[in-house]
Amino acid sequence: MKAFKAIAVAILKGFVRDKASVFFAIVFPLMFLVLFGGIFNNTESSPVETKSVGEVALIDGLPKDAKEAFDESFDVEQVDAADRDDAIAEVRKGDLDLVLEQDGDTLVAHYTQTDQVKAATIRGVLQAFVDGTNVAVTGQEPKFSLQAESVEDDSMQMIDFVTPGLLGWAIAMSAAFGAAATLNGWRTTKLLRRIQLSPVPTGVVVGARVVATMLIALVQTAIFLGLGTVAFGLNLTGSWWMSVPLVMCGTLCFLAVGLLSGAVAKTTEGAVNMANFLVLPMAFLSGSFFPLDSAPGWLQVISKAMPLRHLNDGMLDVMVRGEGPAAALVPMGILLVFAAVLTAIAAKLFRWDTV
Amino acid sequence: MGAVDVAELVMAYGDFRAVDGISFEVGEGEFFGILGPNGAGKTTTLELIEGLRKPASGSVRLLGEVPWPRNSGLLPRIGVQLQASAFFERLDAREQIHTFASMYGVSTARGDEWLERVGLTEKAGVAAEKLSGGQAQRLAIACALVHDPEVVFLDEPTAALDPQARRNLWDLLSGLNDDGRTVILTTHYMDEAEVLCDRVAIMDHGKILKLGSPAELIRGLDAPVRITIADAQLSVAEAGRIAGVDDASEEAAGLVLTTRRPADVLTALAGGDQLDGLQVKAATLEDVFLDVTGREYRA
Repeated sequence: MKAFKAIAVAILKGFVRDKASVFFAIVFPLMFLVLFGGIFNNTESSPVETKSVGEVALIDGLPKDAKEAFDESFDVEQVDAADRDDAIAEVRKGDLDLVLEQDGDTLVAHYTQTDQVKAATIRGVLQAFVDGTNVAVTGQEPKFSLQAESVEDDSMQMIDFVTPGLLGWAIAMSAAFGAAATLNGWRTTKLLRRIQLSPVPTGVVVGARVVATMLIALVQTAIFLGLGTVAFGLNLTGSWWMSVPLVMCGTLCFLAVGLLSGAVAKTTEGAVNMANFLVLPMAFLSGSFFPLDSAPGWLQVISKAMPLRHLNDGMLDVMVRGEGPAAALVPMGILLVFAAVLTAIAAKLFRWDTV
Repeated sequence: MGAVDVAELVMAYGDFRAVDGISFEVGEGEFFGILGPNGAGKTTTLELIEGLRKPASGSVRLLGEVPWPRNSGLLPRIGVQLQASAFFERLDAREQIHTFASMYGVSTARGDEWLERVGLTEKAGVAAEKLSGGQAQRLAIACALVHDPEVVFLDEPTAALDPQARRNLWDLLSGLNDDGRTVILTTHYMDEAEVLCDRVAIMDHGKILKLGSPAELIRGLDAPVRITIADAQLSVAEAGRIAGVDDASEEAAGLVLTTRRPADVLTALAGGDQLDGLQVKAATLEDVFLDVTGREYRA
């Protein structure tokens, strides 16, 4: 027990004093969280910059509340007919979003497809105003009406989607790099041999490494969830605490990835590069940086073969999608199976010495 | 019963026999040296005795027990210092030895005592990576001894040190077997083996060429002593006529007399007041190596 604690403490001190490890385990992923959470979280779209050529009677004649709604979405500046072509040229260059003109009873909109979302919005909104006006001129009360309700929690925001994925990536990185660097570093300096010649059983050494990495992962989780909640308005749902055992299983799995890298590579640098080579593409394929819902089917299949995908999915489910604790069980099982298989392969490939 | 008993030990990597049928015993409390050039098989021999490797054939007994496979009853009784500086990353000297103390289940106070004994108390707060080569070796030796082992293995403790640091380390090393501890040391420095070791095994190409105390080995050579004096005190012919001189010749360093009776020759030279620029060089282990291998010793 004394030996276990001493080795775990030695590993933790070594980690905390290594600025590069701390940066890549905590600061670097947090930068992404700030980037995704802080900057892209601003979902309010800017008004459509519009120039109207002369008077546009259809818009000007809208009832008062409809006109207010229109002005919220469109920022209109009126120009003379002579400037029409210049205004359209501005749209083409992207300096302007929309040029409106009325030709008899037809409302003509000049816009660009470059920003497809905005283009669709412009078409949809203008069509709605035209339809509304058409109904109004018949003098009849509209028969049908639409009530829009998003199935997601009203408050579900960008930050809620990105935090679990980025946390998964951060944990995968620090566990894999830590194990790979420790195994190879200790082998190169012969510390591994030195420990082998002490009475400390191998299980105690491995256990100390696992516990140290798990503590680091829990600190990462606490910082992510804490900062996300306080600074970016992350909304944790009911069984978010299940992310703790999930993180544990994820740590075991990526320790195994690191062990495998460390066993295969001959130098510490090689081992860290190998871990990076495994983890970074996996992070993309597992939806750590962006959702994969619109990815093609074959990519989805590859994605499902990645352990990080299951860690991310499990954390999304329990942390922000409001699923019950049971939602984490299958991902945890998959992670543990990966951990067992990868560890077995690493043990097979492992050599005590660098020669 | 000796501390170490090695019989017909062989270790092969493919066709290459790193250790090729060696046998020797090390007595309790002895300071035993394994001496040889790089690649002679010294480290492999040490690893076989420590139980890090499985012998291809032959047997090893360490404190009466078989060290391979990993013999956890034996490990607390031995201490090891490995060639490279095997430390935990980014821990300072005190933290290193405290960690090792805990691994062996001894109090950290013992670590502090050893830090004091190897003269590192002032460097206790310095990270192991920042210690000088000599200081790092001292720390490694302290970590090997923190649990007061019966046998301690030192693998080239003075390799890559400057001559001054080497000599400083000798003072520490020579006291290690004072309280009955057995010390087994590998080195490729002849002078080191001569100064420190009770007995030396000279190894080359995986075999032990000579085994004995340094004095015995040198005496066994029956090599002449070379006496050098400054020129112009004697002619070569006059020198050749001194009783006991086997040969006299003029060399760059001066007039060189070779003799097997240095006392008689020196007395004669003193009587003639012809001792200016005197140098006396007896045979060393290097001459023993030259004698058994037929080639110059190069570390």
